[in-house]
Amino acid sequence: MGSPEEILDPELKLYESRKSVFPKAVNGPFRRLKWVIMAITLAIYYVTPWIRWDRGPYAPDQAVLVDLANRRFYMFGIEIWPHEFYYVAGMLVMAGIGLFLVTSAVGRAWCGYSCPQTVWTDLFQHVERAIDGDRNAQFKLQDAPWGPKKIGKRLAKWSVWLFIAFWTGGAWIMYFADAPTLVVDFWTGEAAFVAYATVGVLTLTTFIFGGFMREQVCIYMCPWPRIQTAMMDEKSLTVTYKDWRGEPRGSVKKAEAQPGSFGDCIDCNQCVAVCPTGIDIREGPQIGCITCALCIDACDSVMEKINRPRGLIDYATLEDADLEKAGKAHNPVLKTLFRPRTILYFSIWGAIGLAMLFAVGNRTRIDISANHDRNPVYVQLADGHVRNSYTINLRNMENRPRDMIIGMTELKGAVMWSNAGSRDGAGKTLVTSVPADSVSRLRLYIAAPGDGPVREDFALTVTAADDAEANDMDEIFFERPETGE
Amino acid sequence: MSENKRVDKPTGTETVGHEWDGIEELDTPMPRWWLWTLYATIIWGIGYVILYPAIPMINSASEGLLGWSSRGEYAQAVSARERELDPIRQALVSTDIRKLHGSPELMQQAVEGGRSAFKVHCVQCHGSGAAGSKGYPNLNDDDWLWGGDLEAIEYTLIHGIRNPDHDQTRFSQMPAFGRDGILQSGEIQDLVSHVRVLAGREKQSAAATRGAVLFEANCAICHGSDGTGDRTQGAPNLTDAISLYGLDRASLTDTISNSRYGVMPRWGQRLDPATIRMLAAYVHSLGGGEKLPALEEIADQRDESDGDGQS
Repeated sequence: MGSPEEILDPELKLYESRKSVFPKAVNGPFRRLKWVIMAITLAIYYVTPWIRWDRGPYAPDQAVLVDLANRRFYMFGIEIWPHEFYYVAGMLVMAGIGLFLVTSAVGRAWCGYSCPQTVWTDLFQHVERAIDGDRNAQFKLQDAPWGPKKIGKRLAKWSVWLFIAFWTGGAWIMYFADAPTLVVDFWTGEAAFVAYATVGVLTLTTFIFGGFMREQVCIYMCPWPRIQTAMMDEKSLTVTYKDWRGEPRGSVKKAEAQPGSFGDCIDCNQCVAVCPTGIDIREGPQIGCITCALCIDACDSVMEKINRPRGLIDYATLEDADLEKAGKAHNPVLKTLFRPRTILYFSIWGAIGLAMLFAVGNRTRIDISANHDRNPVYVQLADGHVRNSYTINLRNMENRPRDMIIGMTELKGAVMWSNAGSRDGAGKTLVTSVPADSVSRLRLYIAAPGDGPVREDFALTVTAADDAEANDMDEIFFERPETGE
Repeated sequence: MSENKRVDKPTGTETVGHEWDGIEELDTPMPRWWLWTLYATIIWGIGYVILYPAIPMINSASEGLLGWSSRGEYAQAVSARERELDPIRQALVSTDIRKLHGSPELMQQAVEGGRSAFKVHCVQCHGSGAAGSKGYPNLNDDDWLWGGDLEAIEYTLIHGIRNPDHDQTRFSQMPAFGRDGILQSGEIQDLVSHVRVLAGREKQSAAATRGAVLFEANCAICHGSDGTGDRTQGAPNLTDAISLYGLDRASLTDTISNSRYGVMPRWGQRLDPATIRMLAAYVHSLGGGEKLPALEEIADQRDESDGDGQS
């Protein structure tokens, strides 16, 4: 350990307070792209729960609904039951591989344009600029003493932020219940506690993350940049400062005074001023860079003004950068996008997607699952027959009540009845009605002659009474006591 | 060790002093909010310790200002559940057990209630799956000594089997033919043969024929000449495939020689009527429950009142 003086060194700080980042407004093609993506993603988020989808009398009419209470997931024409959760798993795998694909092809485009943290932070910053003014005014206001003007502006800004945050949290719960009903319930105090709690938590996190923590979330809290930086390679697009062209830096005046001794960078700092994470791209690729490309817009507009070629800061792969440094032409874009790695990702992504489409298209909406009751394994009956019992679940996934015929294969002389009937009415099959969109659980008894193998395999089948195509079976077994005394 | 302190030149940040393959770790300061979060969790933790039981003492833990305890919470949950079940229990007690099948929903609730009551009171003898064991009836099968309809099962539950101090209890007593010297051991062997013929376990033999005569004289009064038993006396049917004590020669010899009496407690003095009714419903639902004769009569009466009921 060091001496006390070193430990008490005022310069040595164990913890760092956040440096304020007030990005400057900028205009350009990437900024416009960001506007468009922001509008689309926000619209999708806020509007989706309000899309209606007629599913008849037995199911909710909301197009996208995560019905936790009834354990159903509705997505337009697709209805997912808990036992079909692998579709959701498949979608998550696709989302993951999709991110790999995007990252290997175009770098951290997800971070820069469509990550919720980016989108809401961007939205909050627009609000901030509208109320406090642009970068310089914001700095000035921050340093200004608290007075009526500053308090007023702060209150105005925070109110708008809170309103947006509340709207965001409110939209989230709409995905979990019928949206129009929930809105009424919410404002009349009738909604579930969890709805208020969720809105509260999401309002608070949106307000804090979007308003105050911003780039801190990206740099310290989000695991994704670490994964992404590991996944990018020399062929991934990234925002690159062309130091071989820009350095050494010098102002326009200096460059005019000593032609040839300065690069294109005039050290105007515009790239730093517009950066939402407050980094200096001229220090090279770094974890704080979310590749939103606003610095490209800023630099290009400066280059235009001073009549130098655009693209001092540019989207480029590391390979392109090396080629350009050596004075050669870039690789063709197609060659960058279509390479073994991206093709492999795309193939896996597509294969999972096709497999899921196929599975969704071919799934039966009727299902039987049987469990042999183990306690007791078998029951000796008075007339010498042996009875086994099974707990069966019959799923009717259609939005209408359905009669189902339960049958069995290859069990000689056996009859079945359920806990709703008795052995007097037993037969080879059993017809039972399953209500719309639900699971019926019943106990099935099967009695067979006592002389036979100790264990006999067979299958329980189920067929919809109105459609022989809709059927399912579950392999199960019948057990008898060992004979002999 | 101030001389060991290294500052990374490009960033101006100190290093932590680890070095691997020329790569050194920067001692980058954490953001301040991170520290605040740490303090907040510490404050939360202290508050939690004060409000809830947390500090271990010798016999228990500190009580906490809120007075919360897991036992208290459990007791609350139990009484809340009991309040919830009250209407079901009342409906069960006020419904005639012969008409219980008429309301499937109540029946279902009774079965579920019985399932858990069975796990508490009955598994010790009848086993968790109600499959019983030697001397303890299997409640899943369709053989009943005293009757297997809802009413009979409930009666057995309330009054028990062979409770000496109770006059309504189910009671049967088979003589100990060997121990009391009623029959000689050779005669008992002949009887065993006959009983095994009745049960279909042996072929007719000279011994069995001798046994048949003995059976008629000693056993038929309870078990019937044909051995089919008598429920009013709790005498088992000897011709079916099920036996409480086993149909092998040794078991039968023991049963006839020494006789055997299982005893079941009289649950009427230990459990409330609703729980007993639930247990009856559960046992009846295990797969061997019989129809109530009365139920058909009720149906007949209804047919008659409709005007076309001729049997």
